[in-house]
Amino acid sequence: MIAVRKWREKLENEKAYDAISELIETSRKNKYNSYITVTEDLALKQAEEYDKGKRDGKLAGIPVAVKDNISTEGIRTTCASRMLENYIPPFDAHVVERLKQEGAIIIGKTNMDEFGMGTTTETSYFGVVRNPRDDDRVAGGSSGGSASAIAGDETVLALGTDTGGSIRCPSSFTGVYGLKPTYGLVSRYGLIAYANSLEQIGPMASCIDDLGLLLEVIAGKDEKDSTNSGKSFEYSPAEKKFKIGVIKEMKADERVQEVFDEFINSISKFTEVEEVSLPSLAYALPAYYVIAMSEASSNLARYDGVRYGYALESLDSWTNYFSKVRKEGFGKEVKRRIMMGSYALSAGYYGKYYLKALKVRTLVVQDFMRAFHKFDLLISPTMPSTAFRIGELADPVTMYMADINTTPINLAGLPALSMPAGEVNGLPVGVQVIGNHFDENTILSFGRMVERNEV
Amino acid sequence: MIDDNTVKHVANLAKIEVDEKEIQEFKRDFERIIELFNRLDEIDPDVEPTYNVIPLKNVMREDKPEKSIEREKVLANAKFKEEGYFKGPRVVE
Repeated sequence: MIAVRKWREKLENEKAYDAISELIETSRKNKYNSYITVTEDLALKQAEEYDKGKRDGKLAGIPVAVKDNISTEGIRTTCASRMLENYIPPFDAHVVERLKQEGAIIIGKTNMDEFGMGTTTETSYFGVVRNPRDDDRVAGGSSGGSASAIAGDETVLALGTDTGGSIRCPSSFTGVYGLKPTYGLVSRYGLIAYANSLEQIGPMASCIDDLGLLLEVIAGKDEKDSTNSGKSFEYSPAEKKFKIGVIKEMKADERVQEVFDEFINSISKFTEVEEVSLPSLAYALPAYYVIAMSEASSNLARYDGVRYGYALESLDSWTNYFSKVRKEGFGKEVKRRIMMGSYALSAGYYGKYYLKALKVRTLVVQDFMRAFHKFDLLISPTMPSTAFRIGELADPVTMYMADINTTPINLAGLPALSMPAGEVNGLPVGVQVIGNHFDENTILSFGRMVERNEV
Repeated sequence: MIDDNTVKHVANLAKIEVDEKEIQEFKRDFERIIELFNRLDEIDPDVEPTYNVIPLKNVMREDKPEKSIEREKVLANAKFKEEGYFKGPRVVE
């Protein structure tokens, strides 16, 4: 993995053009399938400009990979779906605008689960992403390509998106650092929506400082996103003593649990650690899936093959045309979620499912707020296991169950980090560090102390 | 219980064409997913629903005209268009 500090040292001794060419070469040799589109021409042009002396901005000369559900003007943005295979956005997402303003080099668009719907990147129309730590295994999802690009030395920084764990899961499976910011901290303008009330764009990197740097760039006010909080973020890590709650309901399989318990032991010598129970979490997973699928069914109604996206040879009557476009353009998991969402919102079921799920969401928020009265941070294993073998999760509900520790965070809109904390048989194990709303600095401060063995 | 007609009904609501084989597959998947959803039957919380976690209300910006995206750029992704407009399928049969 390449930290920003190391990359900057490299650029003192060689041309950005050569350094970027080397990354692209590595991504081709690796065959992890991290990228759907490598933006070679654009990246090399940006590198040349850097070499000619255009070095303004916090991310000057630093390569950033962008998940392929984030709009890039003039560069195809597919959401890993056949539906958008040839879609070229006419505008940049707010975060992409920010990257460009700060001099970043956009190296490519990363592979993902189709529309962000998955935990393994196996639902991508462009094929599965392989885990750099063991290429028979998945890199996690849905931001699998962003994670494997960092773990495989194919970029320095990456943007992911997280609706129910999509930054944290692949971070955990590949041994990288990923942060899902507080809901409303980063503008979602130009993020192709899956579940608006849950998702956020966030940074992925090889160390804590780099997460802080990238978050500083992408966070902040944007009038084009009406759910944007208007708050900005300034990375200011501090050394302090933390009061930490270990969430009783968030468990993992035996081997991962051992690594996690060992981690707790190592930090408890220096911090105050105590178990805390959040009883509403028993219902968080079904509530999450009801809400996510309901929002998906509404958001993905826009794909009708008229204004953009997959189209048929000729127009037919509207109901035939739309139904056929959507049959051929969407993959199986996307269809499942749209249809289950339509079911949950349909006459007679609204109160039973959707409204009930939103009430459970209230309980989850209340439980977390109660816990944050007492603790600075809450922690758990990020994932209940290490990376799955490719093809191991055949059944959709078994896959959903893997999101048990990550989805409650999105229901509550909280910020959460996944950082590497050990291994089981050479496969990385991630720890999830959860903070109160807009308290990213406390999370990163703790992460930094752990990273430097100061805790 | 989910039967063939439920799958067909939902597929029609979602405007997704499904063939016989898919109906059988989705039927099986939906049963499992609804089993997961039905865990919510165990509780009936007496609280207000949360639609959005961060308390924001009617976020407004100044009402001043800004440049919008050029028509050609917006139409570039459409397959069917005519005289600067999108062309859609026939709605009235």
